[in-house]
Amino acid sequence: MGRYIVRRLIWVVFVLLVITFISYMIFFVMPSTDPAVVFAGRQPTPELVAEVRHQFGLDHPWPVQYALFVKRIFLGDQYGWPGLGFSFNTRSELKPIIFSRMWVTIQLAFGAAVVWLLIGIPIGILSALKPRSVFDRMAMGFALFGVSAPVFFLGPLFLYLFWFKLGIAPGSGYYAIGVYGIGPWFSHFIMPWIVLALLYAAFYARMTRANLIETMGQDYIRTARAKGLSERTVVLKHGLRASLTPVVTMFGLDLGGLLGGAFITETVFNLPGIGAYAIKSVGSGDLYAILDITIIAGFFITLMNLVVDVLYAFLDPRVRYT
Amino acid sequence: MPEPLLDVRDLRVHFPTDDGLVKAVDGVTFSIMPGETLGVVGESGSGKSVSFLTVMGLITARQAQIQGEVIFEGVDLVKLPKDEMRDVRGLKIGMVFQDPMTSLHPFYKVGDQIAEAILAHRKIGKKEAMDQAIDMLARVGIPRPDERARQYPHEFSGGMRQRAMIAMAVSLNPDLLIADEPTTALDVTVQAQILDLIDRLKQEFNAAVVIITHDLGVVAEHCDNIQVMYAGRAVEYGYARDIYYDADHPYTWGLLQSIARVDAPRTERLKPIKGLPPSLIFVPPGCPFHPRCPYVFDRCRTEVPQLLPVDGHHASACHLSLEDKERIFKEEVMVHQ
Repeated sequence: MGRYIVRRLIWVVFVLLVITFISYMIFFVMPSTDPAVVFAGRQPTPELVAEVRHQFGLDHPWPVQYALFVKRIFLGDQYGWPGLGFSFNTRSELKPIIFSRMWVTIQLAFGAAVVWLLIGIPIGILSALKPRSVFDRMAMGFALFGVSAPVFFLGPLFLYLFWFKLGIAPGSGYYAIGVYGIGPWFSHFIMPWIVLALLYAAFYARMTRANLIETMGQDYIRTARAKGLSERTVVLKHGLRASLTPVVTMFGLDLGGLLGGAFITETVFNLPGIGAYAIKSVGSGDLYAILDITIIAGFFITLMNLVVDVLYAFLDPRVRYT
Repeated sequence: MPEPLLDVRDLRVHFPTDDGLVKAVDGVTFSIMPGETLGVVGESGSGKSVSFLTVMGLITARQAQIQGEVIFEGVDLVKLPKDEMRDVRGLKIGMVFQDPMTSLHPFYKVGDQIAEAILAHRKIGKKEAMDQAIDMLARVGIPRPDERARQYPHEFSGGMRQRAMIAMAVSLNPDLLIADEPTTALDVTVQAQILDLIDRLKQEFNAAVVIITHDLGVVAEHCDNIQVMYAGRAVEYGYARDIYYDADHPYTWGLLQSIARVDAPRTERLKPIKGLPPSLIFVPPGCPFHPRCPYVFDRCRTEVPQLLPVDGHHASACHLSLEDKERIFKEEVMVHQ
């Protein structure tokens, strides 16, 4: 198991290298505009462009540039570790910006994850226990709505209804818990959490339902009943245990994906997360920021993949890694 | 005459489906005495498994229509409330299923699964239940039971898993053990071991046993009585020797002729029963076996034959006259045995 994890961690590093290589090629080697010109500002003198090019190391051949870039990421740059570079826009180091935005995205993603698990899994269980009942049909109707309604539709709808019309929810924006206290922080996060979670909740309800229905038809469920166990034990201990392992897999991957930025939710609710920053950086051509966010998103997805695989060995005794 | 342990009277289990009413069990009556071993034989879809799943209260399909009586130790299990039925399952009646590969939960240790059955009915500590589970594993012939109890089902071979299933089923010393095709999924060499084990436990625990099988050859030496089922009905019932040496129903003859024998000459082919088991939605009128019966005559197509005594204990449901049956059995069936 230990050896397996080490091997997988090496793999994570390799995947990140590939991601950095492709991203670097796209943004620095074959860009539509010269990065040095972009940074130098409007109507720069040739001397200024040359100096910028020299300062950023862009006068080296591109393999050397790339090697330097990778070295800075893994070993740190003049701003410390990890070397995330310099923003063309704010003319300041990127690390504090990226880290503070990561923190917002983490709060959004984990909060939404709690909401969608609390909504999706119980609905899935209840639907599975009484398939084709009124509750099941209503729940699956909700699931269809949740899967079909995009965040850029639900978000403004929620804001319009609960903030503008009913006035029971505060508007958009990020109110840091350390600055404004727990009340404003929580109330401003409720709507983004729910809107982001609805899509996933719908998906998880359907997945839990399908898995549990399949599991409840297994022979070992009949065995559990034949032992004289209560129906509650049969469902929760024997049925759910077996049907939640695929849900755990999905959960890890979904969470990993979200940590790379919930682009639309962050934009709609005006949350300064990593996704909103990615959109901003792409718009302004802030090359190092775009690269950093790409690498961070890739890192979370590959890392969560590893976490899920390791977790699986604990959840399913038949799985053993060597 | 002592009271029967299990007395099933005119049991009917019907499932409404989109295609029509599936009559999985359609009027079955039989009884089991304490300590008796009953073999229930029939093809797939003859209603043998459904009958006993009904006895166990394990028919979970919401739309199932169950009629008739299942009197077990004086109580009608069909009418028993769900929570009281739970005290019967596992405690009074143990059940072993066909496929030991899928009948144990893959995520729990074998010992824990057996201990769980004990804990469901006895107010004892977990440690004590585990000790009893290990003891049960030893009694079903699993070597190093304390080690094995801490393993998962996938670390067991098929035969070992079936032994563990049997250990679970008899762990509470039930009065009745139902084994639903306990050897079908196992190697031939393991089959005999499992049946011998069931025989031995039956003596040790003084339980009645039901062995459900589609192979008449398997149960020959293990059963006191045999019931042959076809299309949800019992077509013949009697002592094992009646069924083997004096069978009175053309379907039983067919089953007897399709037993593979190692001592038969190589030139001799198995004689399968022609045709397919009937649809349980459109059961043929009259005798349900008549479309496949080589001895069919007019009466068979219109009148349902009742299960009537041939002599005392032995009963069969066939319109052929006793003389005809004896003649055909001697001339056409026995010559192959």
